[in-house]
Amino acid sequence: MSPWQVIFRREFRAYFATPLAAVFLVVFLFMSGVFSFSMGGLFERGQADLRSFFQFVPWLFLFLAPALSMRLWAEERRLGTIEVLTTLPIPLWHAVVGKFLAAWFFSLVALALTAPLWITVSWLGDPDQGVIVAGYIGSAMVAGIFLAIGGFVSALTKNQVIAFVVTIVACFLVLLSGFPLVLNFFRDWMSLGAVEAIASVSVLTHFNSLMRGVVELRDVVYFASGICALMVATTFVVDWRKSA
Amino acid sequence: MGYFAQAQPLPLAKERAVTYIFSQVSQMRELISANNLHKSFAGLHAVKGVTLQVNSGEVVGFLGPNGAGKTTTMRMLTGFLDPSEGSVLLDGFSLADDPLAAQKTFGYLPEGAPAYPEMTVRDYLQFIARARGIPRREIAGKIGEVAGRMHLRGVLDQVIETLSKGFKRRVGIAQAIIHDPPILIMDEPTDGLDPNQKHEVRELIRAMGSTKAIVLSTHILEEVEAVCTRAVVIASGRVVFDGTPEEFELLAPASVTRNRMDYVFRQLTATAAEVTL
Repeated sequence: MSPWQVIFRREFRAYFATPLAAVFLVVFLFMSGVFSFSMGGLFERGQADLRSFFQFVPWLFLFLAPALSMRLWAEERRLGTIEVLTTLPIPLWHAVVGKFLAAWFFSLVALALTAPLWITVSWLGDPDQGVIVAGYIGSAMVAGIFLAIGGFVSALTKNQVIAFVVTIVACFLVLLSGFPLVLNFFRDWMSLGAVEAIASVSVLTHFNSLMRGVVELRDVVYFASGICALMVATTFVVDWRKSA
Repeated sequence: MGYFAQAQPLPLAKERAVTYIFSQVSQMRELISANNLHKSFAGLHAVKGVTLQVNSGEVVGFLGPNGAGKTTTMRMLTGFLDPSEGSVLLDGFSLADDPLAAQKTFGYLPEGAPAYPEMTVRDYLQFIARARGIPRREIAGKIGEVAGRMHLRGVLDQVIETLSKGFKRRVGIAQAIIHDPPILIMDEPTDGLDPNQKHEVRELIRAMGSTKAIVLSTHILEEVEAVCTRAVVIASGRVVFDGTPEEFELLAPASVTRNRMDYVFRQLTATAAEVTL
């Protein structure tokens, strides 16, 4: 086993050692059901697709991903186990990546458990399976970028509540950075190029294009590079603040 | 396996010869070499030039008042803190240049013996063993061995947060010795143990001390007398004494007949504090 696999295993099992896993899965599935059926009108639309589910996924993850990521580093710091972990003969980035992947894999499990929705629409009608697959890829990417942001924030503090709240705010800004709500704030005092750069990091813009069923290289590169950059940043922050 | 290089098994006769040579060489091997360590935290100069050489076969008792810089120094020896100045060599590997090789040479019990509370003792030791690259087939045996030595057999499947302070401390020590490292660094290994457990841990440290280089910090002066071959006293970030426990005691004038080590400790650490004021 590579060191990152050792860390991954421990972290993934840690979710199930507390009620967190059960609470998360129940809330995620319940809310996704409520959103898709009541607010999204899955049946009323009369369309065999999962659009009414996918459009709420970023908003669900906005609150649930920080709950998964808040403990990643903050808890290590509070317990003092970070001193054991960082003096083991493993490269620090293995620990960062292993922890992130554990949280991500957990969110993929949650997504996989929504498969009954997919089965239902496939049974009731004849949905475009490609669009649904693209929607799931987009959902996984959104979870990934939020968890990467959350891991980074978690590395900055030993207080999990602070990590949770700050992550929600950070994810919200990244989610909506292409929308007037966020852009108007910058428009007055930044150059047009800078405002466009901020708009281009909007998670929702990239997610929407995936949700339409178009898996474009641009969007995949966006999510992958965002996650990688956050892994590098997290590694630096953990090393810099591990004893603080 | 990939990541961790594995040694090929040697034929038995050859292995014995190698073990023998190693045991001879190890008697004079310098395992810890810390040179002129300094550490400053935002405005506070906590450690001011600590130099420490420890050979295999030595058990060094690290003494000093609270806040003298013991924990900070031990954290620099393990790479948890980067020194502001100075360098650390562990079994010849530079902690700054080759941290992974250097960190393979030691076991470390941090202050307060932290461990993941939601894990069972067995899972935790398994995690540490895997992270240290112990081959899969040897892990169960290693866990059995340290569990026997630290009297953890009965609690192996218990969750760590339900354990008493003494058990938690022993889990921390077990975690530090599971890979049989040549160097052991332990921050207050007997803190929170009852007198029987203290005695057992001291016996264990003494037994391991013949082949390893051990650095342990403590507040208990009798402990130094009982297990250490060398005492290093640190006060206000400086080494104020480095010698055998006997030499330490002899610093007290003959007129002092009771608690002689306490007397010397007070004298050494009080003068150092005055110098810095």
